[in-house]
Amino acid sequence: MLLALIGGALIGLSASLYWSLNGRIAGISGIFGGALLEHGRERWLRVLFLVGLFAAGLVFARFTNRVPAPELGLLPLAFAGLLVGFGTRMGGGCTSGHGVCGLSRLSVRSLLAVLTFMVTAALTVFVVRHVLKLWVSA
Amino acid sequence: MKALLSALGSGLLFGVGLCISGMTDPANIIAFLDVRGRWSPNLAGVMLGAIAVHFSWLRLAARRVQACGDDARVSTKRVDGALVGGAAIFGVGWGLAGYCPGPAIVALGSGAFGAVVFVLAMAAGMLLSEGIQWTIKRSGKASLVVR
Repeated sequence: MLLALIGGALIGLSASLYWSLNGRIAGISGIFGGALLEHGRERWLRVLFLVGLFAAGLVFARFTNRVPAPELGLLPLAFAGLLVGFGTRMGGGCTSGHGVCGLSRLSVRSLLAVLTFMVTAALTVFVVRHVLKLWVSA
Repeated sequence: MKALLSALGSGLLFGVGLCISGMTDPANIIAFLDVRGRWSPNLAGVMLGAIAVHFSWLRLAARRVQACGDDARVSTKRVDGALVGGAAIFGVGWGLAGYCPGPAIVALGSGAFGAVVFVLAMAAGMLLSEGIQWTIKRSGKASLVVR
């Protein structure tokens, strides 16, 4: 739990620096979408943020020698990815943009979004694990 | 140049935070979302830590370190169907895979093969959503012109 709090604090610091130095919301779905759809300098800013994320994963995997992987097969994983991409673009944010940044600025929109995706995510896990009983290796 | 470096640094810091807190492991996400299983409060801890820092920063530091003025971007939209519908769809995908966009990109760097598939599909989903929104907007404008 301590590591969760420390890791969270670093994420909060990152969102703060990105806001103060770049004037942007550190929402990863928005940054990823912008890297796909923006042009020129706007695109490069987002690409570099993503490079930072990528590099952190690379270095951390080297140090810990551990690569955590999802349990499900590639086809359901692709389906899940499609839903995450579609939904975050339509809803204007994900766990970071609505969750961390939106809640920090007391946005009603973000609160509603967070409550919605928490409920549908928990329901999905419930149906998949306890009703259909798929991927219950753990 | 400064803006590009701070974007890179912010991304790096964000990624380190996700790694340290264990959020790049889908099993930890599922453990939080699975209220019937062995429930883990860690995700709530990460959110709490992040919001505590960012909220305080916005309240205290942001007054002195003014965010880049007119360049700063915050959504001014109101609550609508797209917000709730989109969040609901995102939640289903998140619950299925245990990946949201940030951890998926970090996992890509760590070399998890599943993350490659997930991130490519995520890009496709975003483009699809953008395409549909663009079509709706265009048909809306066209109907106005006709009327």
